[in-house]
Formats: sequence, C-alpha cells, structure tokens
Amino acid sequence: MLKDKTAIVGIGQTEFSKSIDSTELNLACKAIKNALGDAGISPDQVDALGSFTYEETPEFEIARNLGFGNLTYWSQAPYGGGASCAAIGQVAMAIASGIANVGVVWRSRKRGDPSSRMWSHTDEKIFDHWKWSRPSGLVRPVDESSMLIRRYMHQYDYSRESLGAVAISLRKYANANHEALMQHKFLNLEDYMEARMISDPLCLFDNCLESDGAIAIVITNLDIAKKLQNKPAIIHAYSQGMNKEHQLMTHYHGGDPLESSSYVTASNLWNLSDYSPKEIDVAQIYDAFSPMIPFSLEAYNFCSKGEALKLINDGLINIDGELPVNTSGGSLSEVYLHGMNLVTEAVRQIRGSATSQVNNAKLALITTCDATPNAAILLKGE
Amino acid sequence: MIETIPIPGIEDFDKVYWENCSKNKLTIQHCGDCNEARFPPRHMCPICQSISHDWKEVSGDAVLWSFVIPRPPLLPVFDKQSPYVVGLVELVEYENIRIIGQIQTNSNIDSIKIGDTLTIDFKKINNEISLPYWVKK
Repeated sequence: MLKDKTAIVGIGQTEFSKSIDSTELNLACKAIKNALGDAGISPDQVDALGSFTYEETPEFEIARNLGFGNLTYWSQAPYGGGASCAAIGQVAMAIASGIANVGVVWRSRKRGDPSSRMWSHTDEKIFDHWKWSRPSGLVRPVDESSMLIRRYMHQYDYSRESLGAVAISLRKYANANHEALMQHKFLNLEDYMEARMISDPLCLFDNCLESDGAIAIVITNLDIAKKLQNKPAIIHAYSQGMNKEHQLMTHYHGGDPLESSSYVTASNLWNLSDYSPKEIDVAQIYDAFSPMIPFSLEAYNFCSKGEALKLINDGLINIDGELPVNTSGGSLSEVYLHGMNLVTEAVRQIRGSATSQVNNAKLALITTCDATPNAAILLKGE
Repeated sequence: MIETIPIPGIEDFDKVYWENCSKNKLTIQHCGDCNEARFPPRHMCPICQSISHDWKEVSGDAVLWSFVIPRPPLLPVFDKQSPYVVGLVELVEYENIRIIGQIQTNSNIDSIKIGDTLTIDFKKINNEISLPYWVKK
C-alpha cells in the first residue's frame, strides 16, 4: 500500500521569468539543489528520479551534475500537463515498495519563446490522432479546450462574464505572491471582457503564462521524513486516470466529451483515500486554460455537473471561500511549468507557509490536466 | 512553421475513408464481425477486437455540438483564413460519432449557433485528400 508511506520533504525552484538566459539543464540543477537544501538532504543520498517524458534534461546529466549516489529507480510520466502527479506518484510507489529511499522529481522548461510551442512544429503530413482535427484549423491546445467550454456554457447557460471569475480569482492570489509573474498586474472584469480573443470564447486571460523556470521536489519514506527539518507533506492517496475512448486533448469521441479522464482519476483517488471532497482544505487544480478549473471541480465531486462556475462566481475558490484553489496564482498567473508550481504550493499550504495561507490546512488536493490522461495526489499534514 | 495546410497522412486503416472523401462521400468504419461503428478509424474493433472492417456511407447531415473561432497566432495558413469557425458535429445517423470540420460562415460568424442543423460538403486539398466541412441547412 502507498497510503501514508511517503512524503514530500523538500521543494525548490529557480526564478520565474518570460525569458531566462540559461539552459534547461542549468535551471534543473539549481532547482534540485534548492529542493535538497530545503529538505536538508545531501545529494549523495538521492537514489530515485522521476521526470516527464517531455523533459529534455536526462537523468544521468542531472545525477552527475548534482553528485547523486548510485541510483536504483527512475521513471518518466507522459502527457505534459497530465504528468506531474504521475511522476511523483511513481517515485513514491518505488520508495514505498523499498526499491529506493530518496527521490527527486523535477521539471525544467524554457517555454517563453514562441518557437518552443509544440503546435508550431506541426508537420506537413500528420500521422497521429491530430490528423482528425488540425487540418481543419483546430491547431492549438487552446482551440481544443475552447470547444469544450463553449458547449459547457451553452449547456448550463453561462456567459463569458461567469468564466472571467476564474482568471480574476487566481490573479488576486498572484498579486499576493512575490514569486508570481503577475504579482504587479491587476485584473478586473472590465479588463477581462475587453481582452483579445485567442480562441473564441477563450481570451488572453483564460490562457496560462508562457514562462521559463524549473521546479523540483524531494520525496522520502516516512521514517526519513520524520527526522528532517520540514513538516512532511504526506502522500495519502495517488491515482492515474484515462477513460474509455480517450483521445489526447481532443476527447470528442465516445461518450460525453465533457466527461474527462479526471472522472476516472477522481473516482479511484477518493476510493483509495480516507477522506471525502468536503473534507479537503485547499486544492491546486491544473489550469493551462481556465475552463479546466470548473471541469475538474465537478470531476472531483466538489459539486455537481454544471454547478462549478456558479459556485466560483459565489466565491468558492477565493481565500475566504470553502475551497481555495490555486492559491499561488496557478498556471494562469504565477508561472506555467506543467503544473509543478501547483505541487510546491500544495506543500507550502500543508507547511503553513503559503503567501495566501488557508488556516490550518491539513488536506491538499493536487490535480493534473483535465484534457489528457492524468493523475492526482492527496497530500495531508501530520 | 509550415506554410501549407497540414494534411492527414494516409494509413492502411483509413485509406478507404480518404478515398471516399475524395469522391465527396462520408463513410464510417464498421467492424466486419460485430458491425459496431467507430470514429476515428482505427486498426481494431474496441468491442470484439476484430481487425476486419468495412465502410458504410452516411448522409453527412449533422448537428453542431460546439464550435470555436481561433484567432492568430496560428499556423500561417490559418492566420490568413482567420476568422474562421471550426465545429464539432454530431452525425444524425450516430449520436456518438462526432467529427471536426470547418463550418461555412458566409461572412456571418454571429449566425453560427450550437444546435444548428448542417449538411456536408468537401474541400479538395490535393488529389488524395478532400476535407469534409459543413454548411448550414
């Protein structure tokens, strides 16, 4: 069993910026050094690694730069925004099963430059599943997400004003976070309504930031965790999820396209957990695009289908709401690093050191991309 | 970035689909054993795991499930077309078969609504590929 056997004991990051004059390897090394320093663990104790299949810094380069010892486990998780919790969960399982004792998971990414966007590398001939959509001009992830939110808004009678509440709530958290790229940029409903469209009905502020940076975390078994300086963020439950007939980013075929792989992840996660949605103190919900927050809140059973945007407009996800969400500003307003900033923020909430701290936060949910095969982790304090 | 419209690469399991599109016919792949319809086309029937399949022509009549209006920056070929409408349409013959295609707007984007009833047409890209698109009835 994985339950309560491992914990996140260290978090580290680089500066976040639209453009950093450094390599991804250099940034990865700095973030990992910071995470190990935060944990109070010597690099030569690390024996497990976890990363994203999209990560371009190889394990051996990381290990020989940082001076790791002999490694006994490493793995990679696929599907970009769906990967962070899977990479962490897999290392946690390896540690819980005794294959290794100290794991590092990292993501380093220079994405500020427009040429780094994956869709801009679309080939003249498409042989993967995107052959069924890109030739018609549905090119970017934002277009693919926009298709679902227009349907949702039609089905449940919402306006663009209602959707604006998501970006505005997250921006307020970023305004309080000195690490957030959008710390000094304020956003109100008027700004939102006047913003340029990227993929109608989604506007600029519904999109995540384009940024450079790296984030790393350290995972150990609970025996080691209890001897360290930080309050451990215990990995209570973990699951991946991919639903029937799933198609990456364009899950339009099969049953209801609004019923994403998150429904599978959520159902298994709650089954494996001792807790129910109403007991969760704070959630970090993957937000490459703003619709993923209401979609995920419904999938994780915090409310019924069609209800999330109304509750968000009533204040659900704000700091004084019932379920504060993306309290560092998230991918929309802090930094976009494939959701790894959501992991570090969940750990800060458990430690009590977040810039927008939820009082006495004991249970923190972390989710990954609603539109891909994905994963989630439930963290708890002692 | 590519300057041309990205085109679907033809594979064994969808060759007939694209051949029929070039003849202005929309055909849906069915299992050769259990007769289950599936889209997009693929190698194997997810119900009975048979690799045998055949193709049945449908009317192309459809209902608009949802749509988006992509705005630049896009691939250059689509920057030039923008604003255009891409729809996800539900075939009238099969409620769970949905296909992506452009929706003809006749320069009146605001007239496009979810639930619109549509009929199919095809745009020839080259000798091998014609892309389906939909027009308001």
